[in-house]
Amino acid sequence: MIRRVLTLLFLLAATPLRAEIAIQEVTSPGGIRAWLVEEHGIPFTALEIRFRGGTALDQPGKRGAVNLMTGLIEEGAAEMNAQKFAESRDALAAEFRFNASADSVGVSARMLTENRAKAAELLRLALTVPRFDADAVERVRGQVLSNIRGNAKEPNEIAGQVFNRLAFGDHPYGSSGDGTLDSVAALTRDDIVAAHKAALARDRIYVAAVGDITPADLGALLDQVLGGLPETGAALPGPATVGLTGGITVEPFPTPQAVLLFGHEGIERDDPDYFAAFILNEILGGERFGSRLMRELREKRGLTYGVGTWLADYDQADLVAGQFATASKTVAQSIEILRAEWAKAAEGVTEEELANAKTYLTGAYPLRFDGNGPIANLLVGMQMTGLPIDYPLTRNDKINAVTLEDIRRVGARLFRPQDLRIVVVGQPEGVTSTP
Amino acid sequence: MRKVLSGFVFFLSLPVAALAGPVTQFKLDNGLDVVVIEDHRAPVAVQMMWYRIGAADEPPGHSGIAHFFEHLMFKATDDLKAGEFSDIVEAQGGNDNAFTSWDYTTYYQRVAADRLDLMMKIEADRMRDLQLTDDVVTTERNVILEERNQRVDSDPGSLFSEQTRAAQYLNHPYGIPVIGWRHEIAALNRADAEAFYKTFYAPNNAVLVVAGDVTPEAVRQMAETHYGPVAPTADLPARHRPSEPPQLAERRLTMRDARVSQPFIMRSYLAPKRRSGDQKEAAALLYLAELLGGSGTTSLFARQLQFADPKAVYSYAFYDGTALDSGTFGLGLVPLPDVKPEEAEAAMDKVIADFLASGPDRPAFDRIRTQLRAAEIYGRDDAQGLAQRYGEALSVGLTVQDVQDWPQVLQEVTPEDVMEVARKVLDRRQAVTGWLLTDEEAAQ
Repeated sequence: MIRRVLTLLFLLAATPLRAEIAIQEVTSPGGIRAWLVEEHGIPFTALEIRFRGGTALDQPGKRGAVNLMTGLIEEGAAEMNAQKFAESRDALAAEFRFNASADSVGVSARMLTENRAKAAELLRLALTVPRFDADAVERVRGQVLSNIRGNAKEPNEIAGQVFNRLAFGDHPYGSSGDGTLDSVAALTRDDIVAAHKAALARDRIYVAAVGDITPADLGALLDQVLGGLPETGAALPGPATVGLTGGITVEPFPTPQAVLLFGHEGIERDDPDYFAAFILNEILGGERFGSRLMRELREKRGLTYGVGTWLADYDQADLVAGQFATASKTVAQSIEILRAEWAKAAEGVTEEELANAKTYLTGAYPLRFDGNGPIANLLVGMQMTGLPIDYPLTRNDKINAVTLEDIRRVGARLFRPQDLRIVVVGQPEGVTSTP
Repeated sequence: MRKVLSGFVFFLSLPVAALAGPVTQFKLDNGLDVVVIEDHRAPVAVQMMWYRIGAADEPPGHSGIAHFFEHLMFKATDDLKAGEFSDIVEAQGGNDNAFTSWDYTTYYQRVAADRLDLMMKIEADRMRDLQLTDDVVTTERNVILEERNQRVDSDPGSLFSEQTRAAQYLNHPYGIPVIGWRHEIAALNRADAEAFYKTFYAPNNAVLVVAGDVTPEAVRQMAETHYGPVAPTADLPARHRPSEPPQLAERRLTMRDARVSQPFIMRSYLAPKRRSGDQKEAAALLYLAELLGGSGTTSLFARQLQFADPKAVYSYAFYDGTALDSGTFGLGLVPLPDVKPEEAEAAMDKVIADFLASGPDRPAFDRIRTQLRAAEIYGRDDAQGLAQRYGEALSVGLTVQDVQDWPQVLQEVTPEDVMEVARKVLDRRQAVTGWLLTDEEAAQ
């Protein structure tokens, strides 16, 4: 539900790997690079592929084209219609998932060792020669329209859309990558073919594989699956200006509980103070029960079931944002607490809070590296973020190096209560919109 | 990120085939069942404590108390302050959470394997030594009312499934929602909570599952140290729930809500559960669900209702048989915008009637068998998923052997087995059919 607003939140989560995890860089004979962890204990391979660009590549008037195209990749390829393709895939028990986010199109695959060559061939056909048959286009279009209609009555989705529009205006980030009822209804097969050419190209590929496969076999597989894609795709959109100003936007919606989504401009991933900001966010509203906002809103007062904040690092913009839900009559009180905590975060943290956050973050990092699928996912995210292959070995040192002074410095810059825009979807009592 | 910090879950997904692997089982003198699943690929361990107490075990009029108690377990004990449990887990870099269902309440922590001893120490502490106050109970009750607001009352789909489930059970408490009815949650108090805790939170009413980079010997030693001294409940009541009378009449309901964006039609049938030592019928039901509505492209529903003569945007079928008393077989669809609900439902019933007349397509049947075999291989990649499979099974009267037999039972199902259960279960006289409609339909 929040994914739309924040795409990249935990891409950088990762660390002291267990000694036996060795990440290798593999370059295929055709020149496609990938990171590989060989793990021959279970006879399958998890493969993660990302194409940078995603729904932000939609051309003006064509909102939703990349998303619809992604939904159609598996709906027929080469000589196979949608059902034939699915039958072939299921007969191999291969699993392919395709998804489009703001900044990338992603492919997640699991293939058994016993029939990997055949499974890879199916994946090649899906990615390089999708059919986009008229009946498939209409069927998937119907599903997308159904999602859009459903989201229009879902408070979290409404909050995300209002917030993104305020934050990014006319930039693609400012609207849902699903498109609107009108824009999706107007998409033609030509638009879908154009989106395919724009989004799936060799100049924007990131790959990670983990499992029962050797570097040589992976190299051959990469050339087989991805070698037939066009050399170059569409240009990425330019930087997005964050247009958020301080205040409250109420979006009336009939529901007993209001959803609050809030934030303002954030910090770049390659900022020298990024790790300090990361830790400060963790203390304010991170994933632990013990975050400041969780204690103030849930544990002490029972105002919400859960609250979280995050640093959203899009390719073209950065936000610090957060979300929770509370009953209509407690919205005003909750906003007061939120603003006070936002202001407090700008002043820094205690020594104990910093120590606890470090212990947690450094301890939690290695726990993320369990399972072939999760590891492949982490490794492909690291590549997209531009991190070096030894990043898992140095990441905890970077966390541990952050000082109270670093936090205070970045806090004063990052958390600005006067700029905080709060979107409220619901029927809040005693709360109205401000300019 | 973890938005949901402590909550109930529904297991609607496939009970995926379980695996062979080093699994060890033993019992402590005080009655605690222990299962150890070894996976030495990463230095991580998961501890899950499954209490054999859930929403279907609640005293009448106190719906929601099992889930309420799940929240209270994170409060103060004689040794720890409120919230300190999670603080300790987090200080180790771990994470912890809990969930409640009709048949069990589960607490788990995921940590570096060398921190397991500490996890056992604090989990054992809260098994008997929670110290509740009125203040704590009142605040947490508000959190749960907000949770209900967020997860149920804000979502017409959730309200609808609550209503259909209530209609499915005339007598069995599976008809009450895990989170509880709002008016009954609002009335829960400390005395109720303490009585509930004293009786049901005990080693002889629990299953400990540890999965990951551990050895059975080390786990046994730690468990003896920390859980061994915890006193069992001497007069633990047997789990006898009111049982369901035979259903003789089809049940139907229609719900309308202004927040519904598009209609939804669902049906659920009472179905056999996985029975210990005899899981064939359940395995056949899993095939039946897959054949009818498993794949969004190649299942019968998808072929007939989405491709051949489109009536639906989505369609599905599922079977959930891992339960103490009875399973559920469910079907549903979202009609296309210009298709009336009665037309969509009739089309769905025609697919079922044709299937009962002609039986499964052999290649489709074989694909499902292959996928279930692969699921066993893919499943080995997830130690916590394995712990969940064993813990859930042992909480509802199945055994370690049943879990280990399951993949083979699945491989041995025949098309004839599927037809036999299909004829038995797919009978509208033992089903509930619900329509969730938008306001426009309501106006007609």
